[in-house]
Amino acid sequence: MIALQRRANPSQLMGYLAPLIAFALTLLAGLLLFALLGVPVFEAFHAFFIEPISSLYGLAELGVKAAPLIIIGVALSIGFRAQVWNIGAEGQLILGGIFGAAVALYFYEVDAWFVLPLMILASLVGGMLWASVPALLKTRFNVNEILTSLMLTYVAVLLLSWLVSGPMRDPDGFNFPESRLFHDAALLPRILSGTRLHMGALVAIGVVVAGWLLLSRTLLGFALRVNGAAPRAGVHAGFSQNRLVWVALLLGGGCAGVAGLFEVAGPIGQLLPTISPGYGFTAIIVAFLGRLHPVGVLFAGLVMALSYLGGESAQITLNLPLAVTGVFQGMLLFFLLATDVLINYRIIRKQAS
Amino acid sequence: MSINANLKRALTVVAAATLSAITFSASAADPTKVGFVYVGPVGDHGWTYRHDIGRQAIEAEFGDAVETTFVESVPEGADAERVIRKLASTGHDLIFTTSFGYMNPTIKAAKDFPNVKFEHATGYKRGDNVSTYSARFYEGRAVLGTMAGMMTKTNTIGYIASFPIPEVVRGINAFTIAMRKVNPSAEVKVVWVNTWYDPGKEADAAKALIDQGVDIITQHTDSPAPLQVAEERGVMGFGQASDMSAFAPKAQLTSIIDDWDPYYIKRTKAVIDGTWESMDTWEGISTGMVGFAEYGDAVPEDVKAAADVVREGIVAGTMHPFEGPINNQQGEQIVGAGEIIDDGVLLGMNYYVEGVQGDLPK
Repeated sequence: MIALQRRANPSQLMGYLAPLIAFALTLLAGLLLFALLGVPVFEAFHAFFIEPISSLYGLAELGVKAAPLIIIGVALSIGFRAQVWNIGAEGQLILGGIFGAAVALYFYEVDAWFVLPLMILASLVGGMLWASVPALLKTRFNVNEILTSLMLTYVAVLLLSWLVSGPMRDPDGFNFPESRLFHDAALLPRILSGTRLHMGALVAIGVVVAGWLLLSRTLLGFALRVNGAAPRAGVHAGFSQNRLVWVALLLGGGCAGVAGLFEVAGPIGQLLPTISPGYGFTAIIVAFLGRLHPVGVLFAGLVMALSYLGGESAQITLNLPLAVTGVFQGMLLFFLLATDVLINYRIIRKQAS
Repeated sequence: MSINANLKRALTVVAAATLSAITFSASAADPTKVGFVYVGPVGDHGWTYRHDIGRQAIEAEFGDAVETTFVESVPEGADAERVIRKLASTGHDLIFTTSFGYMNPTIKAAKDFPNVKFEHATGYKRGDNVSTYSARFYEGRAVLGTMAGMMTKTNTIGYIASFPIPEVVRGINAFTIAMRKVNPSAEVKVVWVNTWYDPGKEADAAKALIDQGVDIITQHTDSPAPLQVAEERGVMGFGQASDMSAFAPKAQLTSIIDDWDPYYIKRTKAVIDGTWESMDTWEGISTGMVGFAEYGDAVPEDVKAAADVVREGIVAGTMHPFEGPINNQQGEQIVGAGEIIDDGVLLGMNYYVEGVQGDLPK
């Protein structure tokens, strides 16, 4: 009989290598998949991984797609390190989008420098506000934040839907549920002309650096890590657990809110009934794929973004089904979890008694 | 100065080379490339499925002279523009973007690709290289409403609706007006599911409606899930966008069928011939853009006859789904007898008529 036995000292090096091994295994399995589908393997890989980023425009799109995943992923991984499970980043993202858009529409056609900074501030507040509900419920009544943050996402979706079909609807838009198109002063500056790459990409890099500094160089970061690894030790060391819950949730909410604003004021340019294709949820996968480390999240975000672009490109150039994207993402996670198990456990053969 | 001149010369050479390459490839009888952007999966058996049938009709019609591509399940948000641009920059001559949410992304992308022709379904913004097209589905809804009004025993019809946009509201109203003409005591209960395609949510809505006593279900969402629930629970329903009788052989009374084939073939031909022009198309039963599935076995002869009268009346122009008298929800007359609501108002319709229960989400 085969059983798993916990390793006394799991290799740290292998821990960091695991995502790379998982990626390599995914490629191998992909090879098999394409061969079975009867698709020329080299062309398929080219369409999936190379073609999407073989032009400047493609690279910029990678940045557009990865920025929200990285911004949210870094913030979530800090919270996850502290064992605070914010699953509702999608809702916080939506609230950020709503708050930011409200400022943009209030100052519609006001060409002032302060509009955009105010929008960013508002989105930060919006996301934090939404995250503060689970924080309050957790710290006051010990309500599980997984449930509350997740359920608030659905409330956010409906709130957005109500706003764009009512108060924030475009008055000249034939009653279709969407806001006016933002005017130029309310749009994020593009950092590469001819592409859609916006300021959010720079912010994402800033968030990675800040997240890394916070975790590795500050007392707060230390407290968060201790709380996650050994909560009782944290209490003895005098770290307030409630305070850490607040910090983790507000951080996640704020970052998700800003990411939401970057969507509506960036590539979308208006408020729509759906402003995110699930970035808040995908960022959870990105956080774990990146080993809950800000630099890891940076790479994981890029890989995840590439898998979406690759899926589109494979549909266009090779008529491959969209499901291939899902299969690739699924395999990547599966192999990562599998390697994790093997890093932390060894397989032993038990004698049947 | 000389560096500048050299640069200019180099650029001119490059530009000339690129241009000649483009002209050459265009004149070498390359197939015309037609791209499609879909909001759902091609296997939704509803909206996207019918657009994909239209794409296949283009291939069948023109054979090797065309090449078609589609990208499915493209979210209506930041991703749409990238997919549209991608199609435009990979040699597609004509691109159909088949959901309302692609309107602004299509307009934005079209500005940067003046030589590519774009066709956006169900929107209201056009450009020199952007046409719009849609079908007068409300005409079909009037036929369904007539049948439902005659066949309901509980006098309550369930309506599963996607998003409160004018297109959907117009359908609800056309259905209700026709229903009340044949059965003034029948009412319509609407459930908004805020999605175009989510079989789980659609099925839940159907179950909730049946639990509240509706005995006929109709839908403005794209999956056959509500009809499957109707089949299981022994109530009746109407298919959406395509013939869904395979999913509900007993429950389906009929189905509106979106037939994009002739339009897609016509527009592709226009691009091949070089006669394509930006225009707005809004056609209904008379041209076949709105069609119907065979009546189900459960439909009595008198109901079939009444439904046929409405169909033929609309085709002949002697009958209009939005002909007064029409009352609002408060029972006040908003359209007098013999008056017809014009297209402009229909395009922005944002109120319910008498017979619809509940408030329109705003």
